[in-house]
Amino acid sequence: MQRLTIATVLLMATTSLAQAEGVLQLYNWGNYTSPELLTKFEAETGIRVTVTDFDSNATALAKVEAGGHGFDLVVPSANYVPIFNEKGLTVPLDLARLPNHANIAPEWRDVAWDPGRTTSIPWAWGTVGISVDTAVYSGDINTSAVWLEVPDELKGRINVVPEMSDVLTLATMFYGGEPCSEDLEVLRKVRDGLMAAKPHWVAMDYGATERMSNRDWAASVNWNGSSVRIREAVPTVAFGYPREGFTLFMDSVMLLRDARNVDEAYAFMDFIMRPENAALISNFARYANGITGSEAYMDPVMATAPEVIIPEEHRANGVFMPVCNATARGYMTAIWTELMK
Amino acid sequence: MSPAEAEAVRRSARDGWLLSLPALVILTLAAVGPLAIVLVYSFLTPGQHGNVVWDFSTGGWVGILWTKDIFTGEWVLADGHLTILWRSVWLSLLTTLFALVIGFPTAWFIATRPPRERALWLFLITIPFWTNLLIRTYAINEVLRREGLMNSLLLGLGITDAPIEVLYTPTAIFIGMTYVHLPLMVLPLFAAIDRFDLRLLEAAYDLYASRWQVLRRVILPIVKPGLIAGSILVFVPSLGAYVTPRILGGGKQMMIGNFIELQFLQGKNWPLGAALSMVLLLMVTVALLVYVRHAGRRSQAHG
Amino acid sequence: MADRGFKVARLPGFAITAVLVFVALYLPIVTLVAYSFNASMSISTWGGFSLEWYARAWENRQVQDATLRSLIIATFAAVISTTVATIAALGTTRRRAFKGQTFIYVMINQPLMVPEIVTAVALMILFGIVKVWLASQGMDRMAHGLHWLILAHAAFCIPFAYLPIRARLEGMDLTLETAAADLYATPWQTFRRVTLPLLAPGIIAGAMLAFVISLDNVVITEFVKSGGQDTLPTYMLGQMRRQLTPEINAVSSMLLAVTVVLLTAFFLLTRRKD
Repeated sequence: MQRLTIATVLLMATTSLAQAEGVLQLYNWGNYTSPELLTKFEAETGIRVTVTDFDSNATALAKVEAGGHGFDLVVPSANYVPIFNEKGLTVPLDLARLPNHANIAPEWRDVAWDPGRTTSIPWAWGTVGISVDTAVYSGDINTSAVWLEVPDELKGRINVVPEMSDVLTLATMFYGGEPCSEDLEVLRKVRDGLMAAKPHWVAMDYGATERMSNRDWAASVNWNGSSVRIREAVPTVAFGYPREGFTLFMDSVMLLRDARNVDEAYAFMDFIMRPENAALISNFARYANGITGSEAYMDPVMATAPEVIIPEEHRANGVFMPVCNATARGYMTAIWTELMK
Repeated sequence: MSPAEAEAVRRSARDGWLLSLPALVILTLAAVGPLAIVLVYSFLTPGQHGNVVWDFSTGGWVGILWTKDIFTGEWVLADGHLTILWRSVWLSLLTTLFALVIGFPTAWFIATRPPRERALWLFLITIPFWTNLLIRTYAINEVLRREGLMNSLLLGLGITDAPIEVLYTPTAIFIGMTYVHLPLMVLPLFAAIDRFDLRLLEAAYDLYASRWQVLRRVILPIVKPGLIAGSILVFVPSLGAYVTPRILGGGKQMMIGNFIELQFLQGKNWPLGAALSMVLLLMVTVALLVYVRHAGRRSQAHG
Repeated sequence: MADRGFKVARLPGFAITAVLVFVALYLPIVTLVAYSFNASMSISTWGGFSLEWYARAWENRQVQDATLRSLIIATFAAVISTTVATIAALGTTRRRAFKGQTFIYVMINQPLMVPEIVTAVALMILFGIVKVWLASQGMDRMAHGLHWLILAHAAFCIPFAYLPIRARLEGMDLTLETAAADLYATPWQTFRRVTLPLLAPGIIAGAMLAFVISLDNVVITEFVKSGGQDTLPTYMLGQMRRQLTPEINAVSSMLLAVTVVLLTAFFLLTRRKD
């Protein structure tokens, strides 16, 4: 009987490993959180942050919606922020607890998907384009034809990241449509074009940062920050901005309704809105952030990298991904499901 | 049977049940019971962002083979789904066959070593068997990569002049699954061959049989139970493989396991995922029944 | 047999195939371990010998957390499943076949027959429903504790613990227990002082098997875990899709070493009874 008691006590003690005081469960994109940031946060506040990775907005949404996830903060992209809010998975922020809220850059403050930033805090923003190893393919990389009408050198060597909104928006613009198009003609071209191009893709997977640095892949539809890191390993890699239209994204931190460590969550959110800390995020992931004054703390490479500072000639082609209505979303999901098989 | 004996038998049975109860409880809660929930979920309606809505629908089951064309709205055969199902079956069969072809000589080899050596060989085959599946899959991944061991050897020996792109193809998954499941084939084969009486071989040779005849007509029929056990042990996990295709397939070469997972993530169709799980379970059960029938027959055929 | 020019048991091509198979089985693993000592960052070009990756893995907090969690789950799962399996083995062997015994046998071995992905999905759904309900009742600790993983692991470890114990039990000589009864020992005394010690190697073997199986589990754990509950294999799964450095090789090698040690012990234990 005594042994049973001891065993039960041990069991409870160890299961509370996950619930010790001063912890925070952050659910973020993979390879996107600076370890330095977390160490600094823990040194300052004593709060230990555990990061769990997700690869796509859809996965994050699915996991959170399934319930029983145990996370406190999640970092979805802009077009998913309204979805999380609509579904009641996240809660409005108590701005009184976030004194650094004023640091949010003016252009990122009143965004269409979260006016006044009452439910989300900027983490980082960037662009979606194409990373290409110019040693393998030396042609024009500033076009979506690179992945939709794959040139011979890249057949079987180009990856397409399986992120629905980015891929479909790029494809829609390539075939002449507007993002969130409901034009069936355009959508049919999109569907057919994607299905025709798919056999020439080597994979539809994440991890371009590693696999292009490894030379496993020669090209990939990719996020710009990842491309900067690839270029550090393989100098011949360049980032293409499709002239038919490329997308801009912003990822933001949201507070989950089921969060158990709410105080710690607020501490963290306030922490990352300080310019020097926002710079830590940017320096690690190689993306720009939405906090005023952080430029002073960023690595020099961030000031000159063509992946981060969009070259003048491409700026007009960048489109911020809007939030599509239900019909458009329905079409996109249907096309995507067909593609993913 | 006297009343006292009958009572003893009844008590023995009751004790048997009581003693098995703790195991049964745990298994019902965390193994068998949940399967019932999956069955239920396969008859519900998908929610708008995943999960389910508690409305009855056969959409999950219909969706295995048919989808609505987005633009014409008519029901068409879902070739994507069929491709995945077919790929899973085909790759699993191929893996099983190849594992059999190279596993049988291996098992024979171990079984015919002198007894002292044999334990060492058995140990050597068991280590890969118990090594974490992830480690083994990753190891093969490293070998098959563009700059991996295989290509380095081939290029170095001058057999090829450009790296072969094996990764992210069905071939990579086939190689990976064979590698990962081979010990599962060898061990039951070894057990069957171990019981084989070598004097039968002597007798066959005395009757001037050729080696091939000996193999076909003496050895194989007797070790058949081992062959079947090994085949099942390779086929079943291959069919339900998840980790290996995920790491070696690059998201394009999905097998049933990955396709099921997709329904719970980006696919946002839990009922379809549930229905597919049931289908997989069914396929596995059929394979097992085939095994049981053959294993049963053996005890009749060979005295 | 002496005048035969060949050995009866030799079949052409078999030995060479077998040797090649062994080489093919070990080469990838050996390469993986070898590259864990690679001084350079790359996983494909050798840059000299170094223990750097082991040091890094050792200090990596996520690895430490995940390892500790794996060990805790495996220990509890092994203890629970072995206990339960021992009792069940005693209940299903060495007695007259009773109605429903096959059913029990099938139930116990069910985890071996159902594909892991199916069980994983099933548990994700069921446990998810329960966790959400618990959280809604404010019972956070119950909703997100490690016990869900332990329960899931204990379940699929049962057949692995059961089979060696049952095998041992069936091979045991009844005479000793009968002798004890003849000496007026009560059933409980017989059990404690004769049966159990005799059964011990089987129980230990079963426990070790269960431990290794739990330690190695990927799929079920991946689907059942809550936020921040990575075990070593799920951490490795995440890393394998993005890892650039040989650190993952180092982690794999360490896990491999543990497995080999446990396996060797298992082998020695089950041999001695012969």
